Amino acid sequence: MLAIIKYNAGNIQSVAYALNRLGIEPVITDNPKELQKADKIIFPGVGEASTAMAYLQETGLDKLIPNLKQPVLGICLGMQLMCRYSEENNTKCLGIFDAEVKKFPNTKKVPHIGWNTIFDCKTPLFKDIPTNEYMYFVHSYYVPETDFAISKTDYIFKYSSALNKDNFYGTQFHPEKSGDAGEKIIKNFIEM
Amino acid sequence: MLAKRIIPCLDIKNGRTVKGINFEQLRDAGDPVELGALYAEEFADELTFLDITATIENRSTFAELVKEIAKNVNIPFTVGGGINSVKDVGILLASGADKITINSAAVKNPKLITELAKEFGSQCVVVAIDSKNYNDDAYIHTHGGRKPTNFKTVEWAKEVYDRGAGEILLTSMNTDGTKAGFDIDITKRVSDIINIPVIASGGAGDYVHFKDVFENTGADAALAASIFHFKEISIPELKKYLNKEGIAVRK
Repeated sequence: MLAIIKYNAGNIQSVAYALNRLGIEPVITDNPKELQKADKIIFPGVGEASTAMAYLQETGLDKLIPNLKQPVLGICLGMQLMCRYSEENNTKCLGIFDAEVKKFPNTKKVPHIGWNTIFDCKTPLFKDIPTNEYMYFVHSYYVPETDFAISKTDYIFKYSSALNKDNFYGTQFHPEKSGDAGEKIIKNFIEM
Repeated sequence: MLAKRIIPCLDIKNGRTVKGINFEQLRDAGDPVELGALYAEEFADELTFLDITATIENRSTFAELVKEIAKNVNIPFTVGGGINSVKDVGILLASGADKITINSAAVKNPKLITELAKEFGSQCVVVAIDSKNYNDDAYIHTHGGRKPTNFKTVEWAKEVYDRGAGEILLTSMNTDGTKAGFDIDITKRVSDIINIPVIASGGAGDYVHFKDVFENTGADAALAASIFHFKEISIPELKKYLNKEGIAVRK
């Protein structure tokens, strides 16, 4: 069973539709027992960090998520919330990845919107994904280069576009909106 | 490197695509879902669906269609046509649209841009501007280009940016439908003064027009309708061409 964490994030339905296209019927839930029972968990996210964290704290999901043992995939804001801290409204996050989320400087257009390449890809999440494959990004905040990076992207400078630590994975880009290549990444996660 | 985006635009009337689209591969050329999925397969970077009937009674039909598109298309898409309120936008985003586009409603009530950006985030708010050059400057038009205004295009674009829009879809009424190329002048003037992506629209008729607009303006994306629908330009061929010309595109 694959579960999507239900909270006040904007792209839950898009992630569910992407899974449907792969023949999977996810359970969308914030019920701790159901989440613990799931084989795989997706933690989506489009929105603002402090509002999302406040919701996770109210529902106790902030304690549950860092203790999950099965593979977890955070997407976009989901990945950022798995870090220690975000500059977006000065928000303390879940602390799974010891990394800080920073705001892009205004030296180029912000948000970073559109298709950009990923490189230095590691782990089976990127199995059969060629280097410099294009993924779809929409974000104003980013994770700098870190030891947890399993892919990088260049916008203004090089930054971490995917992270991994133990069973936790995160992508800054939206695999659910990244065409066939994005679907392949979701499939790789499901097959872990 | 961030790729330049190619965006086909589909006009929708009563849940069907219009403009006499003729695709041999399609069982039903009037089905926007099937056409959208085909463009996604052909490496379109995004899709735009405009509800050109946009009457109150059609709102729920359009929301249902948006849901079907979201289920079947694996790239981002924008929807627009007759959006007047935060509530309209909430329904379309909940149905699975990635972005919405507003035009006349933003001119009539600029605060709507601010409200939408605050409620849903700038990234999903695309403000469409229909611009026409006369005398010595370019001025915006509303109501599908039928109604002229006294607002200068560049000044309005700046206000739209300051109010928190995430992107501007800039259509030049002078070049729209001419197939003589995008309006380089106004696209450059707008993209030079704002720090959000600009989608150039109106006038695409040949491969070289896309190269011109990307090389000579700060446009991040180019939108076209009939040349894609009538297969005068195929998106994979266009991308091959742009790539050869040194412009970063997703292949």
